[in-house]
Amino acid sequence: MAEKQVILRIKRQQSPKEAARWEEFALPWRPSMNVIICLRDIAENPVTRDGKKTTPISYDSNCLEEICGSCAMLINGKARMACSALVDQLEQPIRIEPMTKFPVVRDLAVDRQFMFESLKRVKAWIPIDGTYDLGEGPRLSAEQQEKAYPLSNCITCGSCLEVCPQVNENSKFMGAAIFSQVRLFNMHPTGAMHAKERLQASMGNGGIEDCANSQNCVVACPKGIPLTESLAEVQRDAWKQALFGWLIG
Amino acid sequence: MKHPKIIVVGGGLAGLMATIRVAESGVPVELFSIVPVKRSHSVCAQGGINAAKNQKGEGDTTQKHFDDTIYGGDFLANQPLVKRMCEAAPGIIDLLDRMGVTFNRTPEGLLDYRRFGGTLYHRTAFAGATTGQQLLYALDEQVRRHEAEGRVTKREGWTFLSAVIDETGVARGICAMDLRSMEVKTFHADAVIFCTGGVGAIFGRSTNSVVCTGSAQSALFQQGVDYANGEFIQVHPTAIPGEDKLRLMSESARGEGGRVWVPRNPQEKRAPRSIPEAERFYFLEEWYPKYGNLVPRDIATRAIHRIVYQEKLGLNGQAAVYLDVTHIPRETLDRKLEGILEIYEKFLGVDPRDEPMKVFPAMHYTMGGMWVNAEDQATSIPGIFAAGECEYQYHGANRLGANSLVSCIFGGGIAGPAAVKYARGLEKGTESVAHSVFEHEQRRQEAKNAALIAQDGTENPITIWKELGEVMTEHVTVTRINRNLETAYAKLGELSARYRKINLSDRTRWSNQTLNFARELENMLILARVITIGAFYRNESRGAHYKPDFPDRDDANWLKTTRAKWVNNDIELTYESVDISQIPPRPRRYDAAK
Repeated sequence: MAEKQVILRIKRQQSPKEAARWEEFALPWRPSMNVIICLRDIAENPVTRDGKKTTPISYDSNCLEEICGSCAMLINGKARMACSALVDQLEQPIRIEPMTKFPVVRDLAVDRQFMFESLKRVKAWIPIDGTYDLGEGPRLSAEQQEKAYPLSNCITCGSCLEVCPQVNENSKFMGAAIFSQVRLFNMHPTGAMHAKERLQASMGNGGIEDCANSQNCVVACPKGIPLTESLAEVQRDAWKQALFGWLIG
Repeated sequence: MKHPKIIVVGGGLAGLMATIRVAESGVPVELFSIVPVKRSHSVCAQGGINAAKNQKGEGDTTQKHFDDTIYGGDFLANQPLVKRMCEAAPGIIDLLDRMGVTFNRTPEGLLDYRRFGGTLYHRTAFAGATTGQQLLYALDEQVRRHEAEGRVTKREGWTFLSAVIDETGVARGICAMDLRSMEVKTFHADAVIFCTGGVGAIFGRSTNSVVCTGSAQSALFQQGVDYANGEFIQVHPTAIPGEDKLRLMSESARGEGGRVWVPRNPQEKRAPRSIPEAERFYFLEEWYPKYGNLVPRDIATRAIHRIVYQEKLGLNGQAAVYLDVTHIPRETLDRKLEGILEIYEKFLGVDPRDEPMKVFPAMHYTMGGMWVNAEDQATSIPGIFAAGECEYQYHGANRLGANSLVSCIFGGGIAGPAAVKYARGLEKGTESVAHSVFEHEQRRQEAKNAALIAQDGTENPITIWKELGEVMTEHVTVTRINRNLETAYAKLGELSARYRKINLSDRTRWSNQTLNFARELENMLILARVITIGAFYRNESRGAHYKPDFPDRDDANWLKTTRAKWVNNDIELTYESVDISQIPPRPRRYDAAK
């Protein structure tokens, strides 16, 4: 009997300027394989299924335990982290492509700088006075912590942007991850002092008003973050700010 | 120097803290990182961060934290800086709290603290079981704010290749490579702070992230930065075995009441939860009644090895033991440990709330690292500073759980202002250094790349790396035997020879990850030798360094720091005394209270 194999079809692209092409690989199956292990196998023996020599595949990865957010890609059409994509749970041939909402760098590696720039735009931080000793932070109830903690688990992987119909060539919609961070910082007692600035930055080109409530984001999020709640809350607060801001100051 | 410039290499906790401190002092700082800094390995730290806040009324003090750290490190750490770190820790927690870290809370709204290994106090603040991620994000946000306000320039997607050192032996900048265009470029700086993390990749599979190769520290070592206590490698007792990575199962699982056991009968066939209590061997609790499941990591790791290899009690004859949290209420598990339990569930498809986890020790942390002085994180080359896991100062022969995050933030917090002070004190800045110094370094690095790309060999870098990992894990981790260390050293020589015949299978000049990996691999092979040779010569057992042929700590001969130097393209070991001015060494044992 032939050795059990894993068959993969991988979309390759040498550089942003060059055209994409597909390559197929056949790897020896082992228990508990994930997609990263497959990509490493290929790097060790870069030969396609039909015996042609090729180059190792470029991809982003780091922690391999779904907490750094690096290895998001499309696996069988679904945006997900490659490290936790277990081969035995995937239909073969496994189809692997780079995410489509971000510029491709090479092969499966994409540029998600847009997300980090957006975090800058919405001032996703607590503006502390300095790192010198100023005593303890504000007291928070356990309930408040339990509400904030899940939002703070966002790994900026980009899956929510990938599945969002509002993120497209014609729109600069910042995406659910970003507005969820706005909510997180506006929730914090110190952060709330600057909620207005964040809400203002959340409106306008690519802002919260572009959300069309497709709710794809919350399904795609690998960390189970309540993204639609965040969107709704920021939307409501932003409207309030826009309509009555002059009244409430 | 009136207007100095600082470079920070590495954007984990230590690097971000150093960056913030430099930015606060009004000096421009350029931050280099292989990955976007928010994806740094600090995100993998799980359990928490230590500070003797005494918020449970147990009489904890910073002095006790200091004593636990020194004792846990088997008296190899220089004591004054460790003392300062423990004294600073409560203030660090306050700072993180002010930055908005989502620490778990008590009913009164105060920070909650859990117990961790090597202490009897509730001293560990935590944010679920993803504390490292939460801390890294807090500092990342502060750096982003400084970036938005123009004080910080980030260079993400660049890898460090070498320091630019002038003819007087002073560092004047760095040479780095853009991982997309593969462009090699030099950058001016009056001081450079390295926060380049751990060395896990030298052991192939570990709990570390992909970028933790030790390549930067090795490159610096080969340029004259001394490397200290390389032989002290921490193996974490509880990780989930995997082909690509050994995923950490945090000590916090035990801190929250998790118990380690195996069936007393090696032929046991029943499902774990149907095995009666009397037929379970809670070996840590039996052997170490005072600390139980919370003995330090080196002790727990050796105990698990003894159960598996000597007592032959591994689960189904395999290298694994149970880590059991099934007796803890689900609600508590979800509130305090969800992040790590999810990892187990996701990667193994088994819910650890219902079934005990199967775990085994894994390479986790290097206590050794670049030599730095006892005051301000300066290395042996003027102008180069180091902080975080890449330096050796804080953990002696064994690091206590939840001390790494505090040492990163403390060390980074010192290194930032120290680099600024040094740079301001320079008579002549980097801009006055001859252009040829920079050009020469750039050419040297470009030539290396060109040679690697042109090379038409038969060896694959991944294959060599896998073999490196196997030999290091087998001979240079938990149990060290001199004849095996010699075998390992010889194997490293063989791998280095084969390295010279590698073929990249990719000759392109755009985002060539294989080229970058090959460069890292060369540096890993050198650092592997430093670790192995340090272990070979240290004929004693201390902390994580265990030699059955020399089972005792030998203070008369070995209460000293190993300091490796690179001389004439070879490693030379020297030894220096340890500063034990605060706490006199005493025997370290965990079967009874200290």
